[in-house]
Amino acid sequence: MSKTLFDKVWDAHVVRKIEGGPDVLFIDRHLIHEVTSPVAFLGLKSRGIKVLYPERTFATADHNTPTINQHLPVSDPLSANQLKALETNSNEYGISHWGLGHQKNGIVHVVGPEYGITQPGSTIVCGDSHTSTHGAFGAIAFGIGTSEVEMVLSTQCIMQPKPKKMRINVTGSLGRGVTPKDVALFIISKLTTSGATGYFVEYAGEVFEKMSMEGRMTVCNLSIEMGARGGMIAPDETTINYVKGREFSPKGEAWDRAMEYWKTLKTDEDAVFDKELTFDGSSIEPMITYGTNPGMGMGISNPIPDAEQVEGGVATYEKSLKYMGFSEGQTMVGKKVDYVFVGSCTNGRIEDFRAFASIVKGKKKAENVTAWLVPGSHIVEAQIKEEGLLDIFNEAGFTLRQPGCSACLAMNDDKIPAGKYAVSTSNRNFEGRQGPGARTMLASPLVAAAAAVTGVVTDPRTLIQ
Amino acid sequence: MAYDKFNILTSTAVPLPIENVDTDQLIPARFLKATERVGFGDNLFRDWRYNPDNTPKADFVLNNPVYSGKILVGGKNFGSGSSREHAAWAVYDYGFRCVVSSFFADIFRNNCLNIGVLPVQVSPEFLEKIFAAVFADPNTQLEVNLPEQTITLLATGDKESFDISSYKKDNMINGFDDIDYLQNIKSEIQEFALQLPL
Ligand code: SF4
Repeated sequence: MSKTLFDKVWDAHVVRKIEGGPDVLFIDRHLIHEVTSPVAFLGLKSRGIKVLYPERTFATADHNTPTINQHLPVSDPLSANQLKALETNSNEYGISHWGLGHQKNGIVHVVGPEYGITQPGSTIVCGDSHTSTHGAFGAIAFGIGTSEVEMVLSTQCIMQPKPKKMRINVTGSLGRGVTPKDVALFIISKLTTSGATGYFVEYAGEVFEKMSMEGRMTVCNLSIEMGARGGMIAPDETTINYVKGREFSPKGEAWDRAMEYWKTLKTDEDAVFDKELTFDGSSIEPMITYGTNPGMGMGISNPIPDAEQVEGGVATYEKSLKYMGFSEGQTMVGKKVDYVFVGSCTNGRIEDFRAFASIVKGKKKAENVTAWLVPGSHIVEAQIKEEGLLDIFNEAGFTLRQPGCSACLAMNDDKIPAGKYAVSTSNRNFEGRQGPGARTMLASPLVAAAAAVTGVVTDPRTLIQ
Repeated sequence: MAYDKFNILTSTAVPLPIENVDTDQLIPARFLKATERVGFGDNLFRDWRYNPDNTPKADFVLNNPVYSGKILVGGKNFGSGSSREHAAWAVYDYGFRCVVSSFFADIFRNNCLNIGVLPVQVSPEFLEKIFAAVFADPNTQLEVNLPEQTITLLATGDKESFDISSYKKDNMINGFDDIDYLQNIKSEIQEFALQLPL
């Protein structure tokens, strides 16, 4: 029978099917961090069970870490306690631990691919919804809750009903100043934040074929924001070139075998999806969000839609605009910006900093803007320095912070103050996501750069030489 | 952690007719620093419930003594956002055992089922009926019958059935969890691991 890419990977990992219930799914790689794992370890302890395959789990500290002065002790006692718990638990159960200060430390979804932990055809889970990032490699990757973290630690399996399948095709090519982030925000604006709930998405078409691995990760990362469990892209030359030679990638004969297998990982011609959508890539503009969920996005030159034009309740829509301090019909271009955040597992990779640099080069940071540039990992940080981007940033009045999730979820001190406006390259603009009362506008690194040098929301196409 | 058994729940309900209630509202990230599962109920809907100076916001439903009960009724697309199980813990710890909505985000629904909170998905029309009934009379009793898979407005007898997999239903009725199940098939899992493609 013809199968989709998703079917092939899923079916290869089903240990058993339960009548009238979920599949028992084997998990190849498990990533953990300090926030969603401690209670899972407590569960193991209270049941008196061990970690079944400690070599399949990797721990990194990222959600709750400071992004300056990482060499000093963590000042918040609760955060310090959580970081300590991750270290103690990892050591006790024999799990690799890349804590704060470790050379391999960084955002879980940035370091996984960088070290070759993420591989085509594998199943990957983590107690973080943006685990969907790893789908860029043709892996089935999704976020899980703490009970499931405990399941994976104790049995390397979780129990999930098989999701429905959706394919999203984006054809043609992207216009000037349009990045993978814009493609994702565009799709989410079309589907709404619940439009893909219950589905696993495959992205296909020319736009994704031409995209770099970094770009594909950005797109797959945001799959969860339209409700999908995850998103994936079939592995190709670009994927294989990225994976080759990384620390945990297969070597020698194992590599040859893997290559043979990875070649089979594509959707059969006549395979059927439960839902299929096609968009024209050339119709996508640089995007920005104006509301309090990632589906409330639009082309940057458009006016904020009227409540009647959007799906869903008028009351919820109005509550959202009120929180943002915006009104229907206004244009976003020209609105004042107080903060700019470049980072997160969505846009904290080297390409994102290159894009940011391409606009700020030779200009100056606007005085009214506080900018936080936070690399996703030490590798990204090192690349920024090697490629001379740091010099460009410094000359333009920007500084670089140290790796971590930072203002993406504002668990550490990197909080946007109440009422302030932030253009952010992260993934969620929920009320208070970036700090109590913070007002977030999600956008690409180019839009973030344009805001950082002009102090207002600006179409980056006007600044690209 | 095996959890409470769930059979038939009869209770008044707390109405929250807002759509896309996300996990950052259910429990803001700054309250995720605990290493034990205690006290999350205090911070359920923290920023909707309290002012920055920690005084309660009088207009938020959890601060309105008129509404109480073990059933939370929310608008469409309830629980979107993060995978933090803390959101479900907060709902449970506050005292809710059932959440009703016309649509749930996937991970939140799963997390609820894994800790013994029953997500009940009803039609948009039935959801409107519940909101109307509860706003008209906060003492309105709802019956959630898991064995029968029905939810009923007791005053009028208005009833709708809801879906749940038979596996999860048995788990909830008996207070079992998935880890109990998986532990029992560990040798099968270990054999399976030997024949993976890579
Ligand atoms: S950067 Fe944000 S979304 Fe990504 S792992 Fe960290 S907190 Fe989660």
